[in-house]
Amino acid sequence: MASPESTINGPTKAAGADSKSLRNAFGGVIAFIILVLIGVLAFSIRLFSVIKYESVIHEFDPYFNYRVTQFLSKNGIYDFWNWFDDRTWYPLGRVIGGTVYPGLTLTAGTIWKVVNSLNIPLSVETVCVFTAPIFSAFASWAAYLLTKEVKGPGAGLTAAALLAMVPSYISRSVAGSYDNEAVAIFALVFTFYLYIKTLNTGSLFYATLNALAYFYMVCSWGGYTFIINLIPMHVLLCIVTGRYSSRLYIAYAPLVVLGTLLAALVPVVGFNAVLTSEHFASFLVFIIIHVVALAYYIKGILSPKMFKVAVTLVVSVGLAVCCAVIAILIAVVASSPTKGWSGRSLTLLDPTYASKYIPIIASVSEHQPPTWPSYFMDINVLAFLVPAGIIACFMPLSDSSSFVILYIVTSVYFSGVMVRLMLVLAPAACILSGIALSEAFNVLTRSIKFQLPGIAGNSTSEENGSSSVVAPSDVSKTEKTEEVAKEKPVKKNRKKEKENVEKKPTPSKTERRLLVLPLEASVIAVLLLVLLGAFYVVHCVWAAAEAYSAPSIVLTSQSNDGGLHVFDDFREAYSWLSHNTDVDDKVASWWDYGYQTTAMANRTVLVDNNTWNNTHIATVGTAMSSPEKQAWEIFHSLDVKYVLVVFGGLVGYPSDDINKFLWMVRIGGGEFPHIKEPDYLRDGQYRIDAQATPTMLNCLMYKLSYFRFVETDGKGFDRVRRTEIGKKHFKLTHFEEVFTTHHWMVRIYKLKPPRNRIRGKTKKSKSSVRRSVSSKRDVKGKRNPWH
Amino acid sequence: MGRSSTVKETQALFQSLRSAYAATPNNLKIIDVYVGFAVLTAVIQVVYMAVVGSFPFNSFLSGVLSCIGTAVLAVCLRIQVNKDNKEFKDVAPERAFADFILCNLVLHLVIMNFMG
Repeated sequence: MASPESTINGPTKAAGADSKSLRNAFGGVIAFIILVLIGVLAFSIRLFSVIKYESVIHEFDPYFNYRVTQFLSKNGIYDFWNWFDDRTWYPLGRVIGGTVYPGLTLTAGTIWKVVNSLNIPLSVETVCVFTAPIFSAFASWAAYLLTKEVKGPGAGLTAAALLAMVPSYISRSVAGSYDNEAVAIFALVFTFYLYIKTLNTGSLFYATLNALAYFYMVCSWGGYTFIINLIPMHVLLCIVTGRYSSRLYIAYAPLVVLGTLLAALVPVVGFNAVLTSEHFASFLVFIIIHVVALAYYIKGILSPKMFKVAVTLVVSVGLAVCCAVIAILIAVVASSPTKGWSGRSLTLLDPTYASKYIPIIASVSEHQPPTWPSYFMDINVLAFLVPAGIIACFMPLSDSSSFVILYIVTSVYFSGVMVRLMLVLAPAACILSGIALSEAFNVLTRSIKFQLPGIAGNSTSEENGSSSVVAPSDVSKTEKTEEVAKEKPVKKNRKKEKENVEKKPTPSKTERRLLVLPLEASVIAVLLLVLLGAFYVVHCVWAAAEAYSAPSIVLTSQSNDGGLHVFDDFREAYSWLSHNTDVDDKVASWWDYGYQTTAMANRTVLVDNNTWNNTHIATVGTAMSSPEKQAWEIFHSLDVKYVLVVFGGLVGYPSDDINKFLWMVRIGGGEFPHIKEPDYLRDGQYRIDAQATPTMLNCLMYKLSYFRFVETDGKGFDRVRRTEIGKKHFKLTHFEEVFTTHHWMVRIYKLKPPRNRIRGKTKKSKSSVRRSVSSKRDVKGKRNPWH
Repeated sequence: MGRSSTVKETQALFQSLRSAYAATPNNLKIIDVYVGFAVLTAVIQVVYMAVVGSFPFNSFLSGVLSCIGTAVLAVCLRIQVNKDNKEFKDVAPERAFADFILCNLVLHLVIMNFMG
């Protein structure tokens, strides 16, 4: 049987090599065209909000980034780096240069500068709006590169196509969502790709690129701690499972040193790169990998007997030293109350931490745990392709596929803690689903190919097992990418096939048969998989168009005759503020609207979405929860001139300040104990109708929201709470209404100046009476600090 | 009895270590000397910081990390240049050295920026 094989192998091999290189080149061109199309798809699916509404910046956080980018483009990078902003957190101010992650703004600023120097007149706003779709195209290409390193180009193209459309990523990167995640996800996937590439090739050049990509990630997002903890975990996993190699050392050790230095360069991270617990894992594994490397080196140069002696000696001495070092470390770490971790990281590790200790973190809607339907909404079909991908990664298990498995497991855990972190799950799910789909298509098309009637290669495979290895290259014209993809994992199979051929053809024939499914079943399965992909595409386009394209600064609703009614109240209020108030007037509102007020109305605010100072926010919350006089005194002491509240009762807008009011009470009560939450609840229920408590009916938020509300329909029916309000006719004594928008959604009030003359008892005697009375009551220490 | 045998065993261990190490080629030994020098410099800096205090912290950090960084990169170079490593036999030593230079350039650029 040997000679027929060689005669068949010889000429076909020569012809096969030529046609194979041609097919490889052809495949490369097709892959390139597909990648370009994927980039165009990723860009255009995110344009729904621009088409449906306008090219406007969405939500709250992007307005801050937009304002910072405006400043950068106007004043240059040195002023930006040293910028102290006095128009926010009045009277404290904020050091923008030191507290912002500069990656996004620097990227957009660079794009704007380059484009304008080429004489293409794009405004800063246009560049900011379209940064996210451009970088989502880059992220798809990075996912292609990463998956190609793990499994092959076929899986890479599938993963890239999936990532271009996955709704979870679309939700944070539509055109107009100018937030950190827009560039950070690209940086994340690209850093992982360079790490895997270094691990596979062992080249120091890629290790340098890896450190630079990690630097870009640190500049862009606080989620970089995920990378600096996942990579050490993977290194530890490789060491423990016996996959240590010198390539692992080259991939990891330079990254730690260079990465720590580069992370310390970014001002917002600074010395936290070496002092906080988030980075300790990387240092620990750094030490461990050096110990392991040294152990392997000594094992290599010593004889086994000597090595055993060395091990006993080292273990006895090293154990004592280790215990001393660990004791010191534990003492240092335990001395800090949070064990060195920041509040946000602790909420990730212990999901109940924030609700107990930090109500501000707990109150953000993005930090709540996700519900089960949100998984199917956000990653759809991928949710059940991921387990298939995990199994496909195990055959065969390599360093890169073990990394992808670790990535998906950790990101699934973190996505279960915070709905915002579904975004980190999305690339992992796409990669694994791409691998699963590609492997499935491999098996099915191979089955079809081997069973198609009337093809020459198949008849020879009946007699001769080995020629079936060459037959695919004779017969197939379309599966070139499969060949390239199958080369790595199939090397083992090919060796096995050659061995089988030397013995007998029949066992290899049965082995080939086992790997092949029936023809009809494979055809139907291919059609079903294509149908699955079609459902996924339909869902993604629907999610992008209907669910995730709302700019939330402009609202729309369908009116009765089918027309579209637009609610532009927010921008109406901000433009009123910018035209009718002085430049230096201070505006007080809840922290949600801080960024938008400074960016669009250009007025100084007390608190904004950065929420770095809990006491200041609690002060505003206390003011909103107090009666009119006390609130006026608080605001007057902070130089506030205007108060802004958002009210949705007339039109049914559910995210207004009355619905957020309990959080104001909780946060204010956390700092100032005279605000007690049960005072505002009747029988544990939050009500604003006639059954509400007098504290609730007298607080500033109630009064400012419902002032003159009864004039709209005569009964004061609140469409969000679905009841009539409790106190309908009242006058404001310390505030006066200056503006209410068209749909009553934003209401602006002005503080009345203090009275010159007081009728009746003078203020002095009033306060002395009160002080003598309150001095008996303040023994408990629950005094109102503003009396 | 037990103690003398362990003493003899450790002596034999060190003898075999020394003889095995003496067999390594000269270029690898040069790299090893460089690594040792870098680590020694880092230790001296840490001792100095313990004596004098850690202000300014960024200078201390950049100094120590530059020493450790060049040591790590030199170890990577040694891994790639070592002829006993079968994984790297198709990487030319010139290519390895060029990568080493590039990585050192980036490292020292960052160090000079961070030192303040």
